[in-house]
Amino acid sequence: MSKQRVLVVGNGMVGHKFIDNLVQDPQSEHFDIITFSEEPRLAYDRVQLSSYFSGATAADLALTDEGYYNDNGVNFVLNDKVVELNTQANYVVTASGRKESYDKLVLATGSFPFVPPIPGNDQEHCLVYRTIEDLEAITTSASQSKVGVVVGGGLLGLEAANALKAAGLETHVVEFAPRLMAVQLDEGGGSLLRRKIEDLGVTVHTEKATSEIVPGETCRYRMNFADGSHLETDMILFSAGIRPQDELARQFDLEIGERGGIVVNDNCQTNVENIYAIGECALWSGRIYGLVAPGYTMAKVAASHITGGSETFQGADMSTKLKLLGVDVASIGDAHGNTPGAQSYTYNDEIEQVYKRLIVSEDGKKVLGAVLVGDVDAYGNLLQLMLNDMDLPDNPAGLILPAGDGAASVGLGVDALPDTAQICSCYDVTKGQIKEAVANGCVDMGGIKGSTKASTGCGGCAALTKQVLDAELANLGYEVKNDLCEHFAYSRKELADIVRVKQIKTFDELLDSHGHGLGCEICKPTVGSILASFWNDYVLKDEHIGLQDTNDIFLGNMQKDGTYSVVPRVAGGEITPEKLIVLGEVAKEFDLYTKVTGGQRIDLFGAQLHELPLIWKKLVDAGFETGHAYGKSVRTVKSCVGSTWCRYGVNDSVGFAINLEDRYKGLRSPHKLKFAVSGCTRECAEAQCKDVGVIATENGWNLYVCGNGGMRPRHADLFATDLDDETLIKYVDRFLMFYIRTADRLQRTSVWLENLEGGLDYLKEVVINDKLGLGEELEAEMVANIGNYQCEWQTTIENPEKLKRFKHFVNSDETDGSLAYVAERGQRRPATREERIQSVELVD
Amino acid sequence: MSQWKTICSESDLTPNTGLCALLDGEQVAVFYCGKTRALYAVSNYDPIGDAYVLSRGIMGSLSDVPVVASPLYKQHFNLQTGECLEEPEHMLKTYPVRLEAGEVQLQAA
Repeated sequence: MSKQRVLVVGNGMVGHKFIDNLVQDPQSEHFDIITFSEEPRLAYDRVQLSSYFSGATAADLALTDEGYYNDNGVNFVLNDKVVELNTQANYVVTASGRKESYDKLVLATGSFPFVPPIPGNDQEHCLVYRTIEDLEAITTSASQSKVGVVVGGGLLGLEAANALKAAGLETHVVEFAPRLMAVQLDEGGGSLLRRKIEDLGVTVHTEKATSEIVPGETCRYRMNFADGSHLETDMILFSAGIRPQDELARQFDLEIGERGGIVVNDNCQTNVENIYAIGECALWSGRIYGLVAPGYTMAKVAASHITGGSETFQGADMSTKLKLLGVDVASIGDAHGNTPGAQSYTYNDEIEQVYKRLIVSEDGKKVLGAVLVGDVDAYGNLLQLMLNDMDLPDNPAGLILPAGDGAASVGLGVDALPDTAQICSCYDVTKGQIKEAVANGCVDMGGIKGSTKASTGCGGCAALTKQVLDAELANLGYEVKNDLCEHFAYSRKELADIVRVKQIKTFDELLDSHGHGLGCEICKPTVGSILASFWNDYVLKDEHIGLQDTNDIFLGNMQKDGTYSVVPRVAGGEITPEKLIVLGEVAKEFDLYTKVTGGQRIDLFGAQLHELPLIWKKLVDAGFETGHAYGKSVRTVKSCVGSTWCRYGVNDSVGFAINLEDRYKGLRSPHKLKFAVSGCTRECAEAQCKDVGVIATENGWNLYVCGNGGMRPRHADLFATDLDDETLIKYVDRFLMFYIRTADRLQRTSVWLENLEGGLDYLKEVVINDKLGLGEELEAEMVANIGNYQCEWQTTIENPEKLKRFKHFVNSDETDGSLAYVAERGQRRPATREERIQSVELVD
Repeated sequence: MSQWKTICSESDLTPNTGLCALLDGEQVAVFYCGKTRALYAVSNYDPIGDAYVLSRGIMGSLSDVPVVASPLYKQHFNLQTGECLEEPEHMLKTYPVRLEAGEVQLQAA
């Protein structure tokens, strides 16, 4: 059977989603896919566009890459707009003259920003806000401006205002309607939003119709309004709504709606059977859907129809929840109460600046809609009540009253939701799918996110997903408790609090007061780590030694045959030739297998217990100190060579990496911690896959947190930009201590963040804005820890009592006679079991 | 008649840790519980990890059974019977051990 040729016009979020659906389909081998984009890059996340102004790059926003398309046999042509369509002969022609035939054509051309027909709207600093190229133009213009105006007070307009404000401009929003976000919010919600935004320093002008843009007196331009007033500004951003990009369809005879949009049926087909339209260019049942989630649903429907599936588009809910200029805003269903007979409950707290309105049906039994400003915690519950047409609880007002007024119990029991209820609209994940994931062994948010993708898009459903997870765990008989082990009925976080607040200094003290039994290999190292994090005592003291894993007791990493590896610290990966020679000489003398690590250090393998002190004596004498490669602790700070040598470096990454490593070296933590510092945006140190990543910019350092490689790689999140050395260290102090205080046992920072309620935003609040008032305390704890640092190897080799442990037998100077090695590539390695049995060519 | 052999003195013991002794060519892991003052002795060989390492495991209790966890792959061994809790087909040899006049003694076979 010959392959069908599917041609996708437009590679935006929805066009990409369609391709993704098609290549993931079991039938994908029957299709050849080619996509055209007029933009110079593959699909990126337009929803997160404003993050570009807080430091995200085009790469951060990318939804896919060329590798993915190549791997899946998807052909793509960038920078080439489709300009001609022949629906009889089934081909298209591009601006560059390229002609391509198709069996199925998918139009995912999206929309374009509507610019009101105001005289003077086409001047140099009059811009729009939709593509990355637009953002680049805005950045350039903003750098030459002091005052900026956004025309349009809707959702996108406020996003754009945020961008101007972030660029340091005096920012104004001009809206034609009497209130902000007139589509989504009622009067009460709109006016509170206005007040909050004005408190942030953005001036809002409502009921203003711009009549012309003329040269200004104090600024570049003057906007004259219909009511006779005017406003001076250096730049203008138009964000007055979108219009479907239906030009191609319109010119070549597809059916177009009266006010634009390509008419489609429930299969997302146009009036020509083998042509589909999806996303913001499509008009379904007289409606354009200007949100990404319905576009994704259309993408799924079209892909399903092409592969012979039966999914249909049945409209989409336009409820939305977002943060605009830091203000939480949500709108659900019939937010204006337009349904005949609709009644409402309103909660308006002018002190705390919270507005909530719940619109219910005439009989008072169902949710029709809601408006939430300032506190959107109720969003998930209310949305589910509406979408699933569920009966309201007895006291509906309790759904929007603040907790603590006896109303907190009026929640939505997630058990009441049907399995078909959609929990995550970004990835279309249902309650049933989450239940299935739990049944298959996912027991925490990290697992759910990894297997279902739920709450990895906008994150709006995180709280609800967690509720479904917990309820399902309870249903399956998991007791949802975080007890560390049978000896302590506390989580690691609770134990850390107890140790810190009650100033507990030993495991026995803690076991006597808060545990029972003798302890085990789970609680002992965990408590040992907590004690070390807060008090940083010598880990081999008699009262601590029994808590440590063998790696910590012998200050090396146990290998498969019971010998250890030795990793001295090489801060920042910088090492003198003299020290490198010492490492080589030691390795040679003790016949240690030698390998360079991923953390820019040298690992020496195969040391027996009695050899460890001899080896370390030589290393310490040569100026080395322990590398803590054996501990759940700060390991390395990797660096690229930076501005001292590199032609491209903009800052001294090696020097800063060494400072960071010296500051945090050996810090005991819930899991290992890795850092990296890159000297420029080329990122040769791969800082974005580290727990703490630092990248030099022209203006300081960008800080990334919570990345890791390993089994489940995760890119670090951009945390703060353009920091000076002191501020960066302050943030890292706080970040690390907050992690140490609150993480679970063996929880990497990445999983910790994914399970942290409120996520990255909350973490920023705590660390940057000091929301919990803990900042100084966390810093003081870090300083105390650093003050108690010691090189454990130096302390050990100076202590004859401690050195007694470093022999294999307490009653003999013999060594472990079972060890056997074979030569390989000029070094030795442990013999396998078979090799030992056959005793082939063993080396001494 | 088997005899007791001194392997070290009481002062060589560190509470809640193990040590390894050589007894007639066999490697024996000896553990000392600080809380109960009990001594245990089992083979130092970890049959799952295939290495002589058990004296370097963390000791503790599971449901009141005194155990050592292998430092290689963390299986638990009952210090009284030698049985592996996770894979009971593995059974460590156990040795009589006692504290006699300030000396730690193992009974040779």
